[in-house]
Amino acid sequence: MTVETQILAAIFVPLAGMVLIGLTGRWPNLREAVTLLTATVNAINVWTILPVVLDGGRPMVAVLEIMPGLPLKFEIEPLGMMFAIIAATLWIVNSIYSIGYMRGNKEIRQTRFYACFALAISGAMGVAFAGNLLTLFIFYEVLTLSTYPLVTHKETEEARRGGRTYLGILIATSIGLQLPAIIWTYNLTGTMDFQPGGILIGHVQGLTAGLLLALYMYGIGKAALMPIHRWLPAAMVAPTPVSALLHAVAVVKAGVFTVIKVIVYVFGLDLISTEPSTNWLVYAAAITLTLASLIAMQQDNLKRRLAYSTVSQLSYVILGAALGVAMGVVGAGMHIAMHAAGKITLFFCAGAIYVAAHKTEISDMKGLGRVMPVTMFCFMIGALSVIGVPPLGGSWSKTLIMLGAADAGFQLMIGVLILSSLLNVAYLMPIPLRGFLFRPPGAKDGEPVKIHEAPVACLIAIVITSILCVVLFFAADHIHDMLLPITVGAAS
Amino acid sequence: MATASAGFDLMANLPALQVAVPLIAAPVCIFLRGRNAPWAFALLISLFCLWASWTLLQSVLADGRISYHMGGWAPPVGIEYAVDKVNAFVLLIVSMISVIALPYARAAAVREVPLDKHHLFYTAWLLCLTGMLGITITGDAFNIFVFLEISSLSTYVLIASGRDPRALTASFNYLVLGTLGATFILIGVGLLYSVTGTLNIADLSNRLPEIADRRPVLAAAGFFTVGIALKAALFPAHFWLPNGYAYSPSPVAVFLSATATKVSIYLLLRVQFTLFGDVSIGEFALANTLLPFALIAFIVGSAAAIFQQDMKRMLAWSSIAQIGYMVTGIGLGSVEGVTAGIVHLFNHALMKAALFMCMGAVFLRAGGVRLIRFEGMGRRMPLTMFAFVMAGLSLIGVPLTVGFVSKWQLVLAALQTGPTGYFITAMIMASSLMAVIYVWRVVEVAYFRDPEPDAPRQEAPLMMLVPMYLLVIGCFWFGIDSEFTLGVARDAAEQLMGIGQ
Repeated sequence: MTVETQILAAIFVPLAGMVLIGLTGRWPNLREAVTLLTATVNAINVWTILPVVLDGGRPMVAVLEIMPGLPLKFEIEPLGMMFAIIAATLWIVNSIYSIGYMRGNKEIRQTRFYACFALAISGAMGVAFAGNLLTLFIFYEVLTLSTYPLVTHKETEEARRGGRTYLGILIATSIGLQLPAIIWTYNLTGTMDFQPGGILIGHVQGLTAGLLLALYMYGIGKAALMPIHRWLPAAMVAPTPVSALLHAVAVVKAGVFTVIKVIVYVFGLDLISTEPSTNWLVYAAAITLTLASLIAMQQDNLKRRLAYSTVSQLSYVILGAALGVAMGVVGAGMHIAMHAAGKITLFFCAGAIYVAAHKTEISDMKGLGRVMPVTMFCFMIGALSVIGVPPLGGSWSKTLIMLGAADAGFQLMIGVLILSSLLNVAYLMPIPLRGFLFRPPGAKDGEPVKIHEAPVACLIAIVITSILCVVLFFAADHIHDMLLPITVGAAS
Repeated sequence: MATASAGFDLMANLPALQVAVPLIAAPVCIFLRGRNAPWAFALLISLFCLWASWTLLQSVLADGRISYHMGGWAPPVGIEYAVDKVNAFVLLIVSMISVIALPYARAAAVREVPLDKHHLFYTAWLLCLTGMLGITITGDAFNIFVFLEISSLSTYVLIASGRDPRALTASFNYLVLGTLGATFILIGVGLLYSVTGTLNIADLSNRLPEIADRRPVLAAAGFFTVGIALKAALFPAHFWLPNGYAYSPSPVAVFLSATATKVSIYLLLRVQFTLFGDVSIGEFALANTLLPFALIAFIVGSAAAIFQQDMKRMLAWSSIAQIGYMVTGIGLGSVEGVTAGIVHLFNHALMKAALFMCMGAVFLRAGGVRLIRFEGMGRRMPLTMFAFVMAGLSLIGVPLTVGFVSKWQLVLAALQTGPTGYFITAMIMASSLMAVIYVWRVVEVAYFRDPEPDAPRQEAPLMMLVPMYLLVIGCFWFGIDSEFTLGVARDAAEQLMGIGQ
């Protein structure tokens, strides 16, 4: 198989999976086998493209031309490669987890759930491999629409309301701001392609550059830059596997991935670093990551707290990219991977707690570590990784972003990032600590606490992702080397 | 008129036959009875029209403008049928929609039109087709008025042919406004004749530039524009349209929404560019004066669509908005803009016909199209609702659909005009967002509310689904590969603007 076919296969394998899932809906075991098989095939396919990209190859395939000068095309570069690998790999783990969670909770309409999930992954693959702004936009919208039925899965009034916020904000920003930005770019440059070094340099300057950047940044609603972050907490009505893969990995990472793509391949780091009118983004991201951490501290609902934590962490990525220096961009790209592993672990644990103990509020989780020791321990690993403690993945990316801030001359940002890490400690650590240090409220003194863990399928997934947090710490230099070429043309 | 005789040349007389065949067929249709015979006859005639218009388009694309002299009388004295790239495309749209809508009409009319009136229904349909083809093909200004009356009168009958008594007032409403519009157009024709002494459009377009600043010509331009705006339902002359579409039988809504307003827009193009291309008001060309109305049309139309409870009315308001897009393209007055307007003629015909077909299918099974009737329709009529979602995406203008092609072209045209273009672009985006809302209201009710417990799963008949899906596939086919539609539209626009000739 040529690399070009493999690119198309990455889009179509999940689609084929969706159809098969729909057809095998009557036999749950077969249906879940199809999901796992599709996820595995997809991951193998994506991983085998990696060597080509590492050797400096940029495989490209143009599918069709919608209008003269407006092709639908895919082109793989290191950042997209990394995003695709993350989404494809974690889809397998997440599918294992979903089986345990959905069956454990006896959820309704599981066929629709798995089918939409496969469609969403296809969308994420398209986003990762998109070769121009239009293709990216199309798959970005596929991702939005395919996840709506997942968010409203429970079909309660609350789910519907959350779904409406979710869809409303994401569609409104993408059509109202992002699409005009794309059209504007096309009007200025006559191209929509992602090019190393950017396409806008020489076409925009001064306030216009800042304004166009704002259209993009607020148009990419999935990156959850304040004040358009409201959809993310609203989406927490979804079943936890959805929150885990889509709202900690695929959807939100598609957002910040697009942010980095736009900054690196459309604006170009030269433009970002030399044009003062684009500096506002650094401050907007800094404000978002601080405020979101503060709000997270006040949330008692575990999933909502994690959602605000995600909003905060996404802004790390935006901040890193907005610095306009090589170190910052590499750190931002790496943080996509590191945060994905950490946050998916946290969400898995939140779901496991819900399945096993039916608890959603943090204040009810006193002593839970003694009832669910594996879950709580893994929660702690995930939390430490998100905070950025070695030897866990998150420490590297945060360090790189801080180095980038120093490079770019934003010394203040180092302070902001350190403060935010402290806030991370404050809102994440009490959960495992209270879980382990206190006795469960119902337990009698002197008697051992009865262990009651989540279904095995859930535990397997949780353990895998926690191990991943550790593995990523040692693999960080590979990611660094892989991502470094994308910063070509940067003023370093 | 040439008749079938020994030396009759079918191909040479095709422009006349394009109109004459449905015109002669209409009275024949009255003598047929039952629900099948008139329908089959109308379908046969429509198929002929489709073949004729396709052949004409091919011939025009290959050899250029065809000028057909009625009865051998040379213009400007005789009546000329002139087929060029602009109207050959519109002829194709009209006859294509008739062919696609008729199989659907057969299934829907059974429920919505009393059985003893079926032959009259199809007769009116054929007359309406005749009128619209005639308006499009003729090269004679007075002829336009004649065919306009044929199509209008038959339209009033079609709208009122259903069982809904409210259709009668809707039809009467349209009759009053339509007659007003036709009269205005007639006054315009008279004024032009008084200053030029000719009715031939090609001839007029040669003579008018010299006298473009004379009062009668300006007055004629005004009468024509207002008259056509009434027929095209351009804001603020749109009052007849929502009720007209909402209360008419659904096949009529399908047919009219996809053709009648399109023919009016074609007429507008002809009048604005071929006739009055040199008329200017202050520093603006005549066409530019339409722009503000078009902008208000798509904002008001989309906003009103959001608040409708009757879904056919909602689509009707959306049509008013879409007409606004087309006229915006015309109002920009550039080749790019007119291209956008023309390509949207075709694209909107596809998607709106598909959407009205979904409404008819729901009407057939649920007995009404108020929003509340759509509860659980996603499960009761999965194929119909899927078609609705797909055509709805096109209405919003999602990439890979025809709606995107139109909007993209329109936005590019708008941006060429500089700062005004940014404002127009913002308005188009706002209107697209409103389209998201009104399409989504239906989707949410259909998919996220449960049907009545005893409501059966009952898909629409195949006769409805096949035409519906043909159009939906068209929405994507021409959205993914727009070479044909956009190419023809650009050729037509260049020809209208007098470039490359």
